[in-house]
Amino acid sequence: MKENLLLDYLLQLGDNALVLGQRLAEWCGHGPILEQDMAITNISLDLFGQTRNLFQYAAKVEGKGRTEDNLAFLRDAIQFKNVLLVELPNGDFGRTIVKQFLYDAYNFLNYTALLNSTDKQLAAIAEKSLKEVTYHLRFSSEWMIRLGDGTAESHQRMQTALDDLWMYTGELFEMSEVEKELVKTGVAVDLEKLKSDWSKKVREICDEATLKVPENGWMQKGGKTGVHTENLGFLLADMQYLQRAYPGQQW
Amino acid sequence: MTNTDHIYNILQEVPDPEIPVINVLDLGIIRKVEFVNEKLEVTITPTYSGCPAMNVIEQTIREKLISEGYQNVEIKTILSPAWTTDWLTEEGKQKLLKYGIAPPVGSSSNKSTLFAEEKVVGCPQCNSNNTTLVSEFGSTPCKSLYKCKDCLEPFDYFKCH
Ligand SMILES: [Zn+2]
Repeated sequence: MKENLLLDYLLQLGDNALVLGQRLAEWCGHGPILEQDMAITNISLDLFGQTRNLFQYAAKVEGKGRTEDNLAFLRDAIQFKNVLLVELPNGDFGRTIVKQFLYDAYNFLNYTALLNSTDKQLAAIAEKSLKEVTYHLRFSSEWMIRLGDGTAESHQRMQTALDDLWMYTGELFEMSEVEKELVKTGVAVDLEKLKSDWSKKVREICDEATLKVPENGWMQKGGKTGVHTENLGFLLADMQYLQRAYPGQQW
Repeated sequence: MTNTDHIYNILQEVPDPEIPVINVLDLGIIRKVEFVNEKLEVTITPTYSGCPAMNVIEQTIREKLISEGYQNVEIKTILSPAWTTDWLTEEGKQKLLKYGIAPPVGSSSNKSTLFAEEKVVGCPQCNSNNTTLVSEFGSTPCKSLYKCKDCLEPFDYFKCH
């Protein structure tokens, strides 16, 4: 039973990284300038690396012969437990940055807390990932400020994106049943405790970016229980196409 | 033969596939070399989680050791303690500089997350300190892109991590 909980938790963490990484990879060859194209795809690569570490461990914990590739390519949308925020379409570069920033600020705090996980391997993965996520947060924070406090056009687009995406931030701190159980043994992070630091960080950057932090209203949720937006299905169809069409195919 | 010195000599000949002037020992990713019963265990750690070079490195180490007569080899990967640029050897840093890549400046212990003061990175071409960061993300996950304002050459900086 305990193993299954850990498996579910690892998949949840890995699904967030995988789905966001896949979204960012859509920018490959489409970035506004070469440096930012490379930056976004570098972040995508980091996220895939983190996914691999989490899924390799998940496969080991499960011990039923599934591999990291099976977990990534042979599960259906309802089996993915990522938050809705990461599966949303990229939109323009500004919207991609807002989405990334809101997630990075959370991800940074989550991995920082996971350093103290009682699960040693998970703490090691967190230690490795945190170094990378620190860079991600710096990147997205800088662009929040540059575009928010930029031209009238860029400011408007950033504010609209922030207003639109806000209702997907509540879910970041929504505890799943798995998390509630694993917090008791110190394996998982108590998300409630991250919330004030996250709000502080978001406010600090938004202030500097001259963006108005939206009011907390209705919050959208469902991803953590497998109830996704229609966007995830399309993303998976693209990502899983090869293994679905040609099972077991290798490079 | 159960001499780990010999193994280290062999590992010196395994290059980083993306920066072939430095070897895996210069890079500081070899954590342990030991013989357990009859088996040779080499423990490595990745530089970045998503570093695509790791699979190649692992394979090259294995092939090299087998070709030197060590048939029973296991390559283990550990994540903690996480690799930082502090693990790069002095010799490795000198090799990077000669190759045209600015080695990391300072220690990786700087934990500030936002707008860390921009470091003074010397130009590997003309030694000028009049340089500027173009992008934190360069041609590989481990490098940033800089530009020299004196000789106007762009260059890679092995970022402090
Ligand atoms: Zn120069």
